[in-house]
Amino acid sequence: MTKATESTETTLNGINASPGICIGKAYLVDPESVSVVKKYTIEPKLVKKEIRRFKTAVTSARKELKAIIAKIPEELRDQTYILEAHLLLHKDKMLYEKSIRLIDEERINAEWALKTSIGSVKERFDRIPDPYLKSRAADIEHVSERIMRQLTGATDVDLTVIDKRVILVAHNLSPAETSQIQVNRVMGFVTDRGGKASHTSIIARTLEIPAVLGLGNATTMIQNDDLIIVDGSEGIVIVNPDEKTLIRYEELNRRYESYKADILRISEAPAVSTDGRHFKIMGNIELPEEVVGVRDHGGDGIGLFRTEFLYLSRNNFPEETELFNQYREIVELMAPGPVTIRTLDINGDKEISSLPALQEANPALGLRAIRFCLKKPKIFKTQIRAILRAAAFGNVRLLLPMISGCEEIQQSKRIIEQAAASLEKDGLPHKADIEIGAMIEIPSAAIMADELAKIVDFLSIGTNDLVQYALAIDRGNRFVAYLYNPLHPAVIRMIAQTVDGAKKNGKKIFMCGEMAADPINIPFLMALGIDELSMSPQSIPEVKNLIRKIDSREAEKLLPGILSATSASEIQNLIIERYGDILKESLSD
Amino acid sequence: MHARPAARIARLAAQASSGIRIIKDGETVDATSIIDILSLGCTKGDSIDIKIDNPADMDILNRICRLIENGFTE
Repeated sequence: MTKATESTETTLNGINASPGICIGKAYLVDPESVSVVKKYTIEPKLVKKEIRRFKTAVTSARKELKAIIAKIPEELRDQTYILEAHLLLHKDKMLYEKSIRLIDEERINAEWALKTSIGSVKERFDRIPDPYLKSRAADIEHVSERIMRQLTGATDVDLTVIDKRVILVAHNLSPAETSQIQVNRVMGFVTDRGGKASHTSIIARTLEIPAVLGLGNATTMIQNDDLIIVDGSEGIVIVNPDEKTLIRYEELNRRYESYKADILRISEAPAVSTDGRHFKIMGNIELPEEVVGVRDHGGDGIGLFRTEFLYLSRNNFPEETELFNQYREIVELMAPGPVTIRTLDINGDKEISSLPALQEANPALGLRAIRFCLKKPKIFKTQIRAILRAAAFGNVRLLLPMISGCEEIQQSKRIIEQAAASLEKDGLPHKADIEIGAMIEIPSAAIMADELAKIVDFLSIGTNDLVQYALAIDRGNRFVAYLYNPLHPAVIRMIAQTVDGAKKNGKKIFMCGEMAADPINIPFLMALGIDELSMSPQSIPEVKNLIRKIDSREAEKLLPGILSATSASEIQNLIIERYGDILKESLSD
Repeated sequence: MHARPAARIARLAAQASSGIRIIKDGETVDATSIIDILSLGCTKGDSIDIKIDNPADMDILNRICRLIENGFTE
């Protein structure tokens, strides 16, 4: 070495959100955030000019926001109030007049004045005991960031400009940002926020790139262009690794890749347990391109097609033809395997048309998914018509999200019948008698599973939300993410009750959600006899491989112990005690 | 209290000829500032006092009270 490096190796611990290892240069997504604002003094004769610069920035920021409001589609008009409140905040005394006074009296630059006024506002909000109100400081932050961008001339985060292979390091990645990511440029994700089941984590697993989330301080500990190692299996990020560490991780990476190649080679073969039971292993997808990934990884069909993508980042709702063309493409690519199309689920962490996430006090418990669709039957019917038309070209099932009780299914079925009748009248080719299923992701639906099973063709357990709602945990919140455990005895009992409710009525039972992809859960899910497990495509080979080594009848013997356990760790120990050796051979141990 | 109701109070207060202040638990804030109002951290069931500096603003005071009593519906 010619020169001693100033930086020493540092290890950061976070949440293992997507497995794999990558080694590369860090790319900080928002280096121009408020934290790098410079302070300087203004000459007395230039103070007026500086104040004018600040006023211009506020005017431009408001103009920008007004343009955003104007582009909001008619259907979402009633949701613009929060942006209108933001408009007023731009001119709020505490922010506007105080900043101007600071420039004038202290002769400091506009950026620093804004930062100072925001700082004192934040301090006041920090003193509010109510955590929800406390978080309203975010509104003020959004406003100040918009003004700051105008002052510094910085633009919105644009990930499409990255021109080399990098590891993205960000405070948090929004769905809008992750959707811009070019797979060939991004080797891995590292974020301060987010948890194992957050949108970023799902995207990372879909793209098969390693991710460590919820680090808390990654953006302050990591500099642009730092050499970092991301171990997404262990949830570790190593900044400025020394030579020994580098060699060790390159070896680990090589072994991981060769294991992946091994199980991929045999992934085409069906997943049949040692006692001869055939489990269908399906893929979760969001885009037509991902169907290829499901087929390449040996998937037997699509267990969950999330349909939100065509509704995001646009000002209007998509036309029936556009939806139909996309669905038909997926259905034809997957045929004869089934494609389970989940109807529109706009939810808390996925907003339409870049509206801020603050429209409702509690979006996760708000107007989303089936509730939204039943409120907007026109939007719903357009989608149903597209689905029924695509069904004429292959094997389609329809899945209703966020069902909380029987009425929502009955109401949805009426709309489906109306859609079929209108297609008949229009003389368009379609298939009306497709299988209809209910997503079990709200505890009330799990409890009522036996009744729901009577009026649908199948039930599909969506574990990501079920765990979140059952345990009252925001899965994106790193402070409570550690509590997110699908093996919690309450979740386990709910799942068992749901399976029971379906089987009692002779209906099929599926699971789609991250739980189905985690090897440790597989023996239990096999013991329950869940017909289909659906997961991110790249998890399919590993799960298939595992199923082939397990005797499902024997796994059933574990059920009484698991169902009477009182803690997640007790359940975990029961599984590891019996299947530890088999699980150890797999990746995520 | 959310940004929207706070914004509506602030907008009304801005029409007053003199100052309007909101007082909660001994803390006084300017009713024309959304940030000020939000920072009081009012939640449902809290009681607040509203003071006008000039009796001429009685009408605005009444309108603010009505807004709060009606739960911020139009």
